[in-house]
Amino acid sequence: MTEPLAQTLAQKIIARASGTASVAPGEIVTCAVDLALLLDSGGPRRIWPRLKELGTGVWDPEKIVLATDHFTPAVDAQSAAILKLTREFADAFGIKRFYDMQGIGHVLLAEKGLLRPGMFACGGDSHSSMGGAFGCLMMGFGAIEMTGVVVTGEIWLQVPETIRVGWHGEFASGVMAKDVMLKLCRELGMQNANRVIEFHGDTVSAMSMGERGVLCNMSAELGAETGVVAADEKTAAALALASGQGGTGAECDVAAWQSDHGAQVAATYEFSAPDLLPQVAAPHSPANSADVDVFEGKHIDQAYIGACVGAKLEDLRSVAEILKGRRIASGTRLLIAPASQAVLQAATADGSIQAIADAGAYLLPIGCGACAALGAGILAEHEVCISSTNRNFQGRMGANSAEVYLASPYTVAASAVAGRIADPRELLQ
Amino acid sequence: MTGGPVVVGAAWVFGDDINTDVMAPGLYFKSSMAEMARHCLEAVNPEFASSVKPGDIVVAGRNFGIGSAREQAAMAFQYLGVGAILAQSFGRIFYRNSINFGIPTLVFNEVESIEAGDSLMVDAASGAVTNRTRGVEGQAAPLSGHLLTLVRAGGLMPYLHGRLAAGE
Repeated sequence: MTEPLAQTLAQKIIARASGTASVAPGEIVTCAVDLALLLDSGGPRRIWPRLKELGTGVWDPEKIVLATDHFTPAVDAQSAAILKLTREFADAFGIKRFYDMQGIGHVLLAEKGLLRPGMFACGGDSHSSMGGAFGCLMMGFGAIEMTGVVVTGEIWLQVPETIRVGWHGEFASGVMAKDVMLKLCRELGMQNANRVIEFHGDTVSAMSMGERGVLCNMSAELGAETGVVAADEKTAAALALASGQGGTGAECDVAAWQSDHGAQVAATYEFSAPDLLPQVAAPHSPANSADVDVFEGKHIDQAYIGACVGAKLEDLRSVAEILKGRRIASGTRLLIAPASQAVLQAATADGSIQAIADAGAYLLPIGCGACAALGAGILAEHEVCISSTNRNFQGRMGANSAEVYLASPYTVAASAVAGRIADPRELLQ
Repeated sequence: MTGGPVVVGAAWVFGDDINTDVMAPGLYFKSSMAEMARHCLEAVNPEFASSVKPGDIVVAGRNFGIGSAREQAAMAFQYLGVGAILAQSFGRIFYRNSINFGIPTLVFNEVESIEAGDSLMVDAASGAVTNRTRGVEGQAAPLSGHLLTLVRAGGLMPYLHGRLAAGE
């Protein structure tokens, strides 16, 4: 018997999902989908009319997770109609895992413990890559393609190459996973189609599941197929905890879902965490990033904490750490849209929300909000915003002439206090 | 390989890293496709949406369609009747969406030889790109296998229709 070929984690998952022993980069395969995430944005409102046109239903309601997050809460007749249709879809097709106005879908998957190492999952949103924090392969697709997934339970893939990105050592105070990704957008560029980014190293091992989620989430900004962090004891512990809170309670096989030693990768990058400074990305691309000092002093009209990537519990705690005992600068507004109900509850219980409210921040509804110009907090012509979200494309948060700078929650909060782009380390000493 | 589809149209030329948010701005997400398409690429070329003609060919540099999963980015081109899209490389979800709407979407490295308004002929199956204005022949990566099947079917929906009708 020949020795089995050494495979990366991504190859192992794709091989399992396509029913073969091994796959090679470049090969086209058809994968069975273990979980499909639909959101109100590109979900039922775009898929249901197509199901009607095809005269068919969904392949497996047990494998579909549905959440309302982009258009919550309804602010006009159109968003109300979209949410109503989403609820009717859940009812019509018996979707039991329907989370209505409970938070952003990508964050809910983690909170509910619905992802397992080794799973192959698809989501109708580009930041579905965030699921990779749990050692699974989760990829984002458009609504037209998710229609195919919910009808057939299958999707075709070209087996991607893997790029290994290692981070080593401890972050300096005021530095977090968001800074890692803004730096990587600059260093690796945004053109990484047909590649999976596998993150590793002791810096990554030390990260919370939420911070690992930031790495995988913003692999979308790298243009990658997705990002993944192989499971460890922390993954297993997080899933065990979630299962006690209504999750699935299924087994978590950490050992089986690792890249093999000697598996071929397209490239390897290693970085030193202690050398990383807070990062800021200038308009209109996440790749326009530099150390914070390059932009320090730039006047801001708005600071925004929100989105799947930037309003998790870790993020609200970082903001509170900066704001405690301080006030937001006059002439500047700080808007905060928590990522989920559970985040809001936990951040209330631990006092973070108190510190945030005392500083004069404006609390927005839970959901995707202004990140994609859908909710409250969008920008007027020529306004300048610093944001904990993941994209600063032209017009993304409102007017075409608005300028959006991306940064970590620490840096956004410090900038809100200063009324200009500021280095959070000065406030954490 | 022959059998097309073959598309003839005038070139609209764009640069690198054109993202999905400028193809389908979030501000118009709740509007009709007609309204959304009217704003397609207005931040980079305000003339495009109002002047593009059915069959015209979009030509771009690297990473065309980077960003969001929003299918409206590709649907806007379909709605406007764009005949084919050629770029040096594509954002992964945009590329899949575009194929799924039946638009011949091809990787073509020699985009720098094309100027706005050039008359192009593109054969999706062979990858032949003929610049009829300049008399230059080029070669794109041809569509093959499942992708060609999807484009020939007119996109994923007609393909699924066929598959369901066949009882698969």
